[in-house]
Amino acid sequence: MSVQETTRASDTGARVSLQRRETLAALAFISPWFIGFLVFTAGPMIASLGLSLTDYDVLHEPNFIGLANYQELLEDPRLGLSLGNTVYYAILHVPLSIAIALALAMLLNNVGKASGFFRTAFYLPSVTPAVAIGTLFLWLLNPRIGLVNKALSLVGIAGPGWTTDPAWIKPGIVVMSLWSVGTTVIILLAALRSVPETIYEAANIDGAGALTKFFRITIPMISGSLFFLVIVNTIASLQIFTEVYTMYFGKQASGAASSAGLFYNIYLFRQAFEFLNMGYASAMAWLLFVIILILTLIQLRLSSRWVYYEGD
Amino acid sequence: MLSPLYKSRQTFLLTLLIVVLVLALPMSTTFGAQDEPNMNTDVSGEITLMGFGLGDEIATVRADYAQTQIPNVTVNFTEGGFDAQQFLTAYASGNPPDIVYIDRQTLGTYAANGTFMPLGDCITNQGIDMSQYREVAVNQVTIDGEIYGIPEFFNNLMLIINTAAVEEAGLTLDDISTTDWDRLAEIDQALVRGSGLELSRIGFDPKLPEFLPLWVAANGGAMLSDDGRTAMLNSPEVVEALTYAVSLLEPEGGWADFKAFRDTWDFFGGENQVVADQVGFWPMEQWYMNVLAGVSPDAPVAFKAFTSKDGTPLSYATGSAWAIPVGSGNPEAACAFAKAITSVDAWVAAAEERATLRSESGAINTGVYTANRLADEAIFEGGIVGPIENEAFQNGVDVILELQDNAFAMPANPAGAEFQQAWQDAVNRVLNGEQSVEDALNQAQEEAQAALDEAWASQSS
Repeated sequence: MSVQETTRASDTGARVSLQRRETLAALAFISPWFIGFLVFTAGPMIASLGLSLTDYDVLHEPNFIGLANYQELLEDPRLGLSLGNTVYYAILHVPLSIAIALALAMLLNNVGKASGFFRTAFYLPSVTPAVAIGTLFLWLLNPRIGLVNKALSLVGIAGPGWTTDPAWIKPGIVVMSLWSVGTTVIILLAALRSVPETIYEAANIDGAGALTKFFRITIPMISGSLFFLVIVNTIASLQIFTEVYTMYFGKQASGAASSAGLFYNIYLFRQAFEFLNMGYASAMAWLLFVIILILTLIQLRLSSRWVYYEGD
Repeated sequence: MLSPLYKSRQTFLLTLLIVVLVLALPMSTTFGAQDEPNMNTDVSGEITLMGFGLGDEIATVRADYAQTQIPNVTVNFTEGGFDAQQFLTAYASGNPPDIVYIDRQTLGTYAANGTFMPLGDCITNQGIDMSQYREVAVNQVTIDGEIYGIPEFFNNLMLIINTAAVEEAGLTLDDISTTDWDRLAEIDQALVRGSGLELSRIGFDPKLPEFLPLWVAANGGAMLSDDGRTAMLNSPEVVEALTYAVSLLEPEGGWADFKAFRDTWDFFGGENQVVADQVGFWPMEQWYMNVLAGVSPDAPVAFKAFTSKDGTPLSYATGSAWAIPVGSGNPEAACAFAKAITSVDAWVAAAEERATLRSESGAINTGVYTANRLADEAIFEGGIVGPIENEAFQNGVDVILELQDNAFAMPANPAGAEFQQAWQDAVNRVLNGEQSVEDALNQAQEEAQAALDEAWASQSS
């Protein structure tokens, strides 16, 4: 073997060794999350899949009953009701929250020096405990003394029974949810700031108006972030629980919302922990998982039509 | 011959003996008839409680007393109300609490599926005299002849009346009655002020959906058979009672406006609905009398018994009980604790402490109402409570004491939560205009019976 060959072999060996060390280091760094994922997420998910095939009341050993729980899902009218309520909420909440967050983000993008203050101000509701939000909005949405209807009355609108009329319970919950768009605002603000100013300058030279720039430049350039938010907000809205449970099913149980406010996760929680039907609740959880998975796959499929990636 | 000194000592001892006997006599007259728990040093170790809050003197004094009765046991409190999720998690992981404090309506579900142990041995070994507890409360924790809980509080319903509103409407307290339902509807109409969004005073609040069992009982019916196996939610008595109770909301403009207005009340504050003249009268749990006594002792208020159609005083009783989970690490000590904390001495000590605190702050003491009949006798006949200077509140106390012997409760059953949801949802569907009374109750009947059948079948297996 020549000296050159020996040197080359030595270099290759060193590279492999370095790669192996880096791989091991990467695995070491990722392992806390990975172990946590296996123990606290994947493990319980697999366990719940098994439990969904059983009659299990938590207090006794589960009895295998095959797909009986899934069959019962098809025959349960409350399941359809709760799923319908949840989808209704998601259809209203996701586009509205993103639209409002985008409007706020665009305003913040032009605030200048005070943007830090406003970013904090808009983000604060996002760190407010969900239970506190639920309680607060029971008052804000009260048809008689709530500030929402008081504000509407200033412009001559007689506000509806947000917390008492079944027809307005879900819209009221959507109004409440829009208070906590801070996280969405921050993500969109970061996306807006990453749009190169030169593109707008070129559009200005070409005589593009504000609307043209918004729809032809801003939206396409932040479409990746918008797509992410659509996915994440859809998943979150299909899993809404704490605020609504606090408002209508906890200590302040309200008859008005027993049907109109029965969201999927609330019904799941009641089956699991109030009626002790943990096997059935597990089947409900898996049904929701499949629904979310299908919706996400559809969104991924459709994303190629409207999401722009700079690398494409 | 005795020396003068010896003679004096003998006289002194004799006098001392007489003084002790004289002092002891009233004590034994008051408490001597009761079967008091003696300090129990046979039990030891540690017990963990779940569901019991130490929020006031009634809880802390009794907990302290119970601890003194089992000096060799370390008692650990997990504060806060009974949390099903917390309990189930602990139970499923094989680490249940040693004893839980739980609503008697919920207890049946856990007892029937074998989560709580029958207390026959506990009662025998600890010598617990179950006859001291109110029969209605004991029945609530008895399933298939087995007792699963030691009853604690005994909450009753009474009518709370805004006397200023009654007077303003040209009525008298004699007019305030739930016996004649036609007349009650007229009184509701006479007391209401405004309607819809202009509603400024509710005439009568029938307290739906939660008090439907009271209306059904007043109508001579029942929602569940005595053995807890057969739902009777669409019986003519229930249909008529719900139809009538819902009709009482019409003068106020219907449920939505009624509820929107009621939600604005300062329920626990000094500007509560009586002081603010926002309600005529309504049935309410007895504890609210205590609230009124604390925040608005001078409110224009009176108390009367809710009466059935035949004029009999009637109350729907609720409350909690102590139960011991299967798998409790120290059931003997848990049982001794349950005995001690529900004993006459524990309740009396707590009632005395409350009386002292109220006296020091100048507040009205309306007492404590327990599922232990002997404790109530000691508290109310032993002079710990009353006489109260404020005639209205003294009358309120008398009303509650009368109602305690006229109370009923929902029979114990293994599907308590689902049964309750079935009928409450039915009432809500009617209130929200989603279903007719008949349709809603027919659906509730099907749901409740299915839940009961499944639960009883599960218990049998």
